[in-house]
Amino acid sequence: MTTIKTPRTRRPRKTGRRHPLASIALIAVGLLFTGGAYAAFSTSTAVATTDSSSQQTIAEGEKLFAANCATCHGLSAQGSAEGPSLIGVGAASVDFQVGTGRMPMQMQGPQAQKKPVQFTPEQITALAAYVASLAPGPAIPAAELLDAAAGDAANGAELFRINCAMCHNVAGAGGALTEGKFAPAIENVSAQHIYEAMITGPQNMPVFNDMNITPEDKRDIITYLKYVEDNPSPGGLALGSLGPVAEGLFIWIFGLGAIVALTVWITAKSN
Amino acid sequence: MTTINTRESAEDQTVGTKKAGGFTATAANYIDERTSISGAVKELGRKIFPDHWSFLLGEVALYSFVIILLSGSFLTFFFQASMAEVVYDGSYAPLKGVPMSVAMSSTMDISFDIRGGLLMRQVHHWAALLFVAAIGLHMLRIYFTGAFRKPRELNWVIGFILFILAMAEGFTGYSLPDDLLSGNGLRIIDGLVKGIPVIGTWTSFLLFGGEFPGTDIVGRLYSLHILLLPAIIVALIAMHLLFVVVHKHTQYPAAGRTNQNVVGYPVLPVYAAKAGGFFFIVFGVVMLIASLFTINPIWNYGPYDPSPVSAGTQPDWYIGFADGAMRLIPPGWEFVWLNHTYSLNIVVVLAVVGLFIVTVMVYPFIEAWITGDKREHHVLDRPRNAPTRTAIGAAGVTFYASLWAAASSDIMATHFHLTMEGVIHTLQATTLLGPILAFFIAKRVCLALQKKDREIVLHGYESGRIVRLPGGEFVEVHQPVDEYERWKLVSYSDFKPLMLRPNAQGKIGPAEKVRAGLSRWFFEDRITPITQTELSHAHGDHPAAITDQEHQSEITDK
Amino acid sequence: MAKDDNGAEDVTAPDSPGEELAPVAASTAVVTRDSLVNPGFPPHRPRVTDLDHKEERKAERAVYTLFYVSIVGSVFAIAAYMAFPIVPEDPGSVRLNNLFIGLGLSLALLAIGIGAVHWGKALMSDHEGVDERHPVRGTEPVRARAVEIFQQANEESGFGRRTLIRNSLIGALVVFPLPAVVLFRGLGPMDQNPVELLHETMWKKGVRLTMDPSGTPIKASDVTLGSSFHVIPEGLSEMEHGRLEEKAKAAVLLIRMDPADLVESDERKTWSYQGIVAYSKICTHVGCPVALYEQHTHHLLCPCHQSQFDVENHCKVIFGPAKRALPQLPIAVDAEGYLIAQSDFTEPVGPSFWERA
Repeated sequence: MTTIKTPRTRRPRKTGRRHPLASIALIAVGLLFTGGAYAAFSTSTAVATTDSSSQQTIAEGEKLFAANCATCHGLSAQGSAEGPSLIGVGAASVDFQVGTGRMPMQMQGPQAQKKPVQFTPEQITALAAYVASLAPGPAIPAAELLDAAAGDAANGAELFRINCAMCHNVAGAGGALTEGKFAPAIENVSAQHIYEAMITGPQNMPVFNDMNITPEDKRDIITYLKYVEDNPSPGGLALGSLGPVAEGLFIWIFGLGAIVALTVWITAKSN
Repeated sequence: MTTINTRESAEDQTVGTKKAGGFTATAANYIDERTSISGAVKELGRKIFPDHWSFLLGEVALYSFVIILLSGSFLTFFFQASMAEVVYDGSYAPLKGVPMSVAMSSTMDISFDIRGGLLMRQVHHWAALLFVAAIGLHMLRIYFTGAFRKPRELNWVIGFILFILAMAEGFTGYSLPDDLLSGNGLRIIDGLVKGIPVIGTWTSFLLFGGEFPGTDIVGRLYSLHILLLPAIIVALIAMHLLFVVVHKHTQYPAAGRTNQNVVGYPVLPVYAAKAGGFFFIVFGVVMLIASLFTINPIWNYGPYDPSPVSAGTQPDWYIGFADGAMRLIPPGWEFVWLNHTYSLNIVVVLAVVGLFIVTVMVYPFIEAWITGDKREHHVLDRPRNAPTRTAIGAAGVTFYASLWAAASSDIMATHFHLTMEGVIHTLQATTLLGPILAFFIAKRVCLALQKKDREIVLHGYESGRIVRLPGGEFVEVHQPVDEYERWKLVSYSDFKPLMLRPNAQGKIGPAEKVRAGLSRWFFEDRITPITQTELSHAHGDHPAAITDQEHQSEITDK
Repeated sequence: MAKDDNGAEDVTAPDSPGEELAPVAASTAVVTRDSLVNPGFPPHRPRVTDLDHKEERKAERAVYTLFYVSIVGSVFAIAAYMAFPIVPEDPGSVRLNNLFIGLGLSLALLAIGIGAVHWGKALMSDHEGVDERHPVRGTEPVRARAVEIFQQANEESGFGRRTLIRNSLIGALVVFPLPAVVLFRGLGPMDQNPVELLHETMWKKGVRLTMDPSGTPIKASDVTLGSSFHVIPEGLSEMEHGRLEEKAKAAVLLIRMDPADLVESDERKTWSYQGIVAYSKICTHVGCPVALYEQHTHHLLCPCHQSQFDVENHCKVIFGPAKRALPQLPIAVDAEGYLIAQSDFTEPVGPSFWERA
């Protein structure tokens, strides 16, 4: 009997929902983490990191969180029956889930669906900064790891076939999972979101940490996916890259269909 | 419209040829003096072929096969059926430096380094899909019009074997590039074969030349694909066509057409122009599809490796029904007895698919046995006029379609936002119950259509024009059918259920009892063709009177 | 056969569809004298091109124009072959090459076809002809002669009389293909037994679990919660021969779960390491790689026939046609922290086979 949750409804704020010291501790952790991330990712993500490190951004994010996410994830992101805890999921997870429109969820279902994004990039940054400030977790990847031009498509293709294709299909067209879940198509997904999906393992996707697939390998996978996206199939239209099922339907409906129409013309009496 | 006309034009033509002059005449003479070809021209040149769109479906299959031969020969010049490992160094960047078999690498070269090579590959593969689809549709036409009846039962069997061989050709060809998709297909074959009791393990071992995948299978499938199977197919096609010539083509019922004649256009020139032109049309359509639509993008799949697999791994459409049957088996169908493993999840699939195939193949003999009809039939049945046969066909199609749909259960789940488990359970139900439902619906529809035909013959078409009679009554004016149209509606074979009678020894054998039961099942619901008496009776009658009459005939016939 | 049939007493009506070419049993068919009579051919309707000379000229023009269009298509295809060469490493060039050669050829073929059919339909005589049919069976004298020939041949050869000769010949003909069956034994290597091979894989005590395809060994600490690693035995990636055959048996999926979620039987408690479990990736149904791992439900799905396995419960089958659970590879950690196998699989991996049990 799940009622449909409207994530935007604002719950009346309870006083004393968090120990006053908790925020300070969390902010300290968040600052420590973002500082570390800043050092690690150097200058390329300067804009994002300066934003997310500022206390103002985190406070902005906290407000947004309370207004839009707390219904399911709890006011302090500790999770509830309706949604998992977000402590430690990291900025990457927030950026992926909110940046692809999966969150806020419209309704409970087998899995969150991709939808039009509901927040501005600034708001997403603020939300990500807030969640990242709660506990350390995977950060938003640095730009050089997302540069498709720098990667090796052949290595990426091989890794993709071994680690990803069984769910997402060799051409990234997506595929079915159990009980109504599915692995989505990954055509026209931004490099940043692909990377974030690998490191955070959204929904039922396994996590591919940096020991399993190194950051360079992840970049190679992105290179391959962008290669497939940028180079349309040499054979012509790809029929959704769904393989023999699409081909079979096509030949029956359009191939044989066209030919049967022609046989009718051939044997019709000329007027 | 008569033989006289044909003869006239034939004479015109001979005169024309003579006038055309020296070279043609000399060449014809030269050839005839060495081959006696004039006899063949005399026999076949003005042979009559009836014209109907559904009679061209077999031609589609034949022409697809010719296209496959042409494009396939081109491919053999470049393809190397070896599973030796090489490192790919062709034009496609995302596979550069990847180890793969020579088969895969040469297929990549055909696709990316030979101009027009990809086009020929795509022509070959699309034509293969069309080949089997056209055979399928051709068989449905033969079945639903009763064209398999005497004297064509053996040709049905030949055609059916061709269908099986076409699927075998398709599967062997699908496996040749040694890409990930086809490799997983072979993996499934390996698993299937291993599941066969007693001989499975060794059969798989011999088939693959050792452990799966080995380095032999592509070469072995290649010799089947380009030598053995095509040779048998060509021989059987020759026989199939020879029988068509011997039997002369069937025709649909129409005024002037009887069981003793065949009405249509002569081979030379009309039929030759149409059929010859049609070859180019089929080739053109396949070429158009091949230039616009990708098929089997092996560059996406990459080389075979036993570890990866792609979501949506399916066979080409014609193997789909077997793959679907495997998916529909519920969990747990396997047991161990006397230290041997019985894989019912495989044996049952093979048995059901095998039984289905054999039933279809021997159907003409079953029906002939039930009716006991030894006459030759050259005028086709309209499907409605053989309700039980049509209903059996509808049941068979439903069964096949359920299995076929099951092969794409995962694609249906994602594209229609269903659960995979729900799709499978639904298809398990339609596989078992669908045929029964389809049987009853199709039979009732046929009977209803037959009644409608009677209605039309006896009272004409409803014209939609309402007339008020002088007495104030409103009636709809019925438009009578002309006698030519009427003939199409009334001329069909009619059968009664078999009555059991003791044989010479005064006994009724069990086989006869079965036959009588089947005969009752076939023919107990029947609408008899309209007789002369009924027709003359009906003129000016009210529709109600006829409905009564119909009921009467139905009841008495039971 | 006809003795028990219903319709024998009825008389064939002239021209009915059931009328016979040769008098044979119609059995349960009902053939009545009262059926309607075939009205004969309807009158011929002339075509526009027969009546109107202008239309005829128009059709003629259409036909030869189509044939010229076909020539244009062929020339276009040749031009496209030269104008759209394949540039190495540029799939776009292949696309153009394929598209334009194909379109040229399509035009060439379709124009010939449509032209020829149009010629046949609009300009060639459309008077239908009639051929008489004859029974498929040979005429009586021919059949009699055929029988006579066989009898004479039988007489002259003694095929029916000299039974010893005949039966020994049949025997010889039955036996002579048997050597072919033996010859086919050579399809598989003589020195191998598939049953033994199916019972063993490359895994043995101490073999490290390495990543597919790089062969990098995996530390237990690398496998974080929610991860899945595609694993091959150490040394497989460097194999020169038989690599795919070994991989087809030895491929493993490595998963780390919260140990609280694992329901382990007593004898297998030691087979996992801190919630890290390794299962054969080869489906027990017909052998597809089962690698679709769902992190939260802990289900494994085979994409070929949708068998589902529950990793929490020793990969037991929960849906689909497979019967047996995926075999588990017992694992441990060596002194350097790398994951190793404790032994080979304790049962044959992959599809069932007759001699398995």
